[in-house]
Amino acid sequence: MVAMSGGVDSSVAAALLVEAGHDVTGVTLRLWGGPSDSGCCSVGDVEDARRVAAQLGVPHYVFDEADEFEAHVVEPYAAAHAAGATPNPCVACNRHLKFGRLLDRARTLGVDALATGHHARVRRGDDGVVRLLRAVDAAKDQSYVLVGLTQDRLASVRFPVGDLTKAEVRARAAALGLRTADKPESMDVCFVGRADRVAFVEARVGARPGVIVDDTGRELAAHAGIARFTVGQRRGLGVALGERRYVVDVDAPTGTVTVGPSDALLRDAVGLRDLVFTHTRPPADRVLGVQVRAHGRPAPGVLDGDTVRFVAPVARVAPGQVVALYDGDELVGGGDAV
Amino acid sequence: MTEVAYLDHAATTPVRPEVRAAMAPFLDEVYGNPSGIHAVARRAKTALEEAREEIAEHLGCAPGEVVLTGGGTEADNLAVRGAARAARSGTGGTGGTVGTVVVSAIEHKAVAEAAARVARAGGTVRTVRVGADGVIDLDHLEAVLDDTVVVVSVMGVNNETGIVQPLVAVAERVRAQAPRAVLHTDAVQAVAWLDPVATTAPADLVAVSAHKFGGPKGVGALVVRDGTGLEPDLVGGGQERGRRSGTVDVAGAVGLAVALRVTAATRPVDVARIGRMRDRLAAGLATVPGVVPTGDRARAVVGSHHVRVEGVEAETLLVALDREGVCAAAGSSCASGASAPSHVLTAMGWSRRAAKEAVRFSLGHASTDADVDRALAVVPRAIERLRGAPVADGARAGVSG
Repeated sequence: MVAMSGGVDSSVAAALLVEAGHDVTGVTLRLWGGPSDSGCCSVGDVEDARRVAAQLGVPHYVFDEADEFEAHVVEPYAAAHAAGATPNPCVACNRHLKFGRLLDRARTLGVDALATGHHARVRRGDDGVVRLLRAVDAAKDQSYVLVGLTQDRLASVRFPVGDLTKAEVRARAAALGLRTADKPESMDVCFVGRADRVAFVEARVGARPGVIVDDTGRELAAHAGIARFTVGQRRGLGVALGERRYVVDVDAPTGTVTVGPSDALLRDAVGLRDLVFTHTRPPADRVLGVQVRAHGRPAPGVLDGDTVRFVAPVARVAPGQVVALYDGDELVGGGDAV
Repeated sequence: MTEVAYLDHAATTPVRPEVRAAMAPFLDEVYGNPSGIHAVARRAKTALEEAREEIAEHLGCAPGEVVLTGGGTEADNLAVRGAARAARSGTGGTGGTVGTVVVSAIEHKAVAEAAARVARAGGTVRTVRVGADGVIDLDHLEAVLDDTVVVVSVMGVNNETGIVQPLVAVAERVRAQAPRAVLHTDAVQAVAWLDPVATTAPADLVAVSAHKFGGPKGVGALVVRDGTGLEPDLVGGGQERGRRSGTVDVAGAVGLAVALRVTAATRPVDVARIGRMRDRLAAGLATVPGVVPTGDRARAVVGSHHVRVEGVEAETLLVALDREGVCAAAGSSCASGASAPSHVLTAMGWSRRAAKEAVRFSLGHASTDADVDRALAVVPRAIERLRGAPVADGARAGVSG
C-alpha cells in the first residue's frame, strides 16, 4: 500500500513499487476539509493521486481521517501555540495518521508494507534491527519528521524514493509522464496554508495579549497575542531597539514575551519529554547530531537521561519543538523540547 | 461466480440495452437542435416531445409538466430554490420576504444544501427529525408546519438506508397545516422499485434521475404540476417553458423515456426477483455476529440492504471487499471520494463511530444470484478477518483514539 499525497514523491514511490513487480494499492488520506483546503490533502491533490494511480494501473482509495486529524494534529497544534510552545504538526501527523491509523488499516487489510514518498531510508540489519537513515539527497532529507517511529512501525514501512535525489525523482516522474512531475512542493502547514498562522490559532483558541519585556524585566511594548511569537524569532517584534533583539521566552500564563540579544538565547542543554528511540538508547558518551527543525543543521551533543547536553551552546530550542537525535546518518530517536 | 459482484445500484445502474439502442440515433444522424424550425430540427423536436409524453405518462403528469434537467441534483435544486423564490411576493422572485423551507433530516445533500442556500438568502430552514427506524417523525413535521412555510421537501426513498417515507401522510399534514406550501419529493431512489404515478401523486414537485434505473447519467426531470410557482435557476433561451434554459439533451430525454418504460414493464418481476436475492443476502449476513440491520428493514425497498458491521470501519471493509470483487458503499461520498460520517445515520441517532461502520449493499436490475453468491462467499469472511487482524502493539500506545 502506498500513501499517495498527490505530490511527485509519493507518485514516484508508487511507480517504483509497480516497476518492481509489487501488488500496489494507492491510498490518500482525507485529513482536512477546513477553510484552507490546500496542502497535501485537498480535493485537487486527491484527484492527482487518483489519476496517477489510474495511470499506473493500481487501485486507489481515499480514507477519511478528518476526525483523527483534528484530534491528534490540529487541536494539539492550536493548543500548543496557545501555551506559547512551537509544535510540529507534520511529526504528529506522521506518527498518528500515516504511520498510526493508516499503517494499522494496511495491516488489518493484510497488506505487507506501507510505503510513502518520504525522503528517508530504512535498512534492516543482519541483527534484525531496522534502522532509519537520512535520505541520499541530504537537502531533501525528511527523516526528521519521522521521529517517533519505532521497530514495530518501521518493520512495515518502505521509503522507495529515499535512495533518489529530488532531481532524479522529478526525472522519473517526467519520464513516466506522471501529471505530478512538475508539481511544486508544499511548504506550509497544510491546514493553515498560506493564510496566517496567527489568525488560525487565534480564531481557535483566542488571542492572548500581553507585554514585551527586555531581559531585565523592563516593559518595552504591548502585544496583541503570544501566538505571534516563537522563541528565537527576530522579525516582527514591533519594538525598535538599537540592536538586534530576539524572543528568548514566551510565558503563556502571563502573556509575557521576553526579548534579548542573541547571546541571551544561548543554552547548553535542552530537556526532552516523550523521548522515543528507534531501537536502542544511544550510550551516554556518544556524541550525537541534535537537529531541531526539519532542515536544520545538527549540533553536536550527548543524551544524558532526558536531557541533551550540547558540546557548544546553541540558540534556545523552543518548547514543543521536536528534537531529533542522529548518530551519523541514522536517526536514533528524539522527543519534544520542554 | 461472477468476477465482480456489483452491489451498488443505489449509486448508479448499468444502462439498459434498450435505452442505449434508443439513444443511439440521437448521438448520430438525428443531431438537430429541437428549438429550430427546419427539417433537421423538427426530427429532433418530434423525438423530444414523444419522449416527453412517455416520461409524463410514467410519472403520472401532463407532458407540459415535465421539465427536463441535467440530473436529479439539478431537479432538486430547481424545486427547492425555485419554489422558494417563486413564493416571494414580488415579481421575478425578488421582492417580498423569503419564506420557510421544511426538509427532513435525511434528505439527499442536493435538497439539504439547496435549502441551506434559501436560508442564506434570508429564509428559514426547519429540519424534521426522523426516528431510529429511519422514517420521518410525522408529529414533528406537524409541529414545524405553519403558514410561513413555502416549501416542504421529503424524499420518497432514502438513498442510504433504502427506507420508504410516508409521502401520503406527509402531504395530508402539509395541506392541513401549511396552506402556502409546495410539496417537493426527491423520488430519485424510488423509481426503480415503486410506481412513481401512485407514489408521487401527493407531491407538487417530483425529481427523478435516469441513471438510477437503467438510463444515462446527467439526465433527470422535475415534474412541476400546473399551478405550482417556480422561478428558474438557469435562464437563457427559455427552453422547457422558461423553467430550464439550455438546449435540451434529446438523446438523454429519449434515454429517460425508455428507461422509465422498461422499468415500468419489468418492475413487478424485478421486485419479486431482486427481493428474493436481497432477502438471501440479508439472511446470510445475519449469521455474522455483530452485523446489525439499519432501521426498519420492513420499510426498505427490495433492492436495499444496509447494516452496521460492529467493530469494523466501513472504509476498511469496503477496500477488503473491493479487493475480492465485491462492490458496495458506505453511503454518500464527498467530492474527494472519502466517506464522511453519514448525516442520515446521525439523524437516526447513531454515533459518529457507529455511522463509520455502516455499509450499504444495493441490488438492481442487473443483479444476479451469482452476485449474491459471491457476496456471501466474501463478506462474512472479510468481516471476520478484519475483526481478527492483529491489534497494534505497545509501540503505538496512545497513537489512535
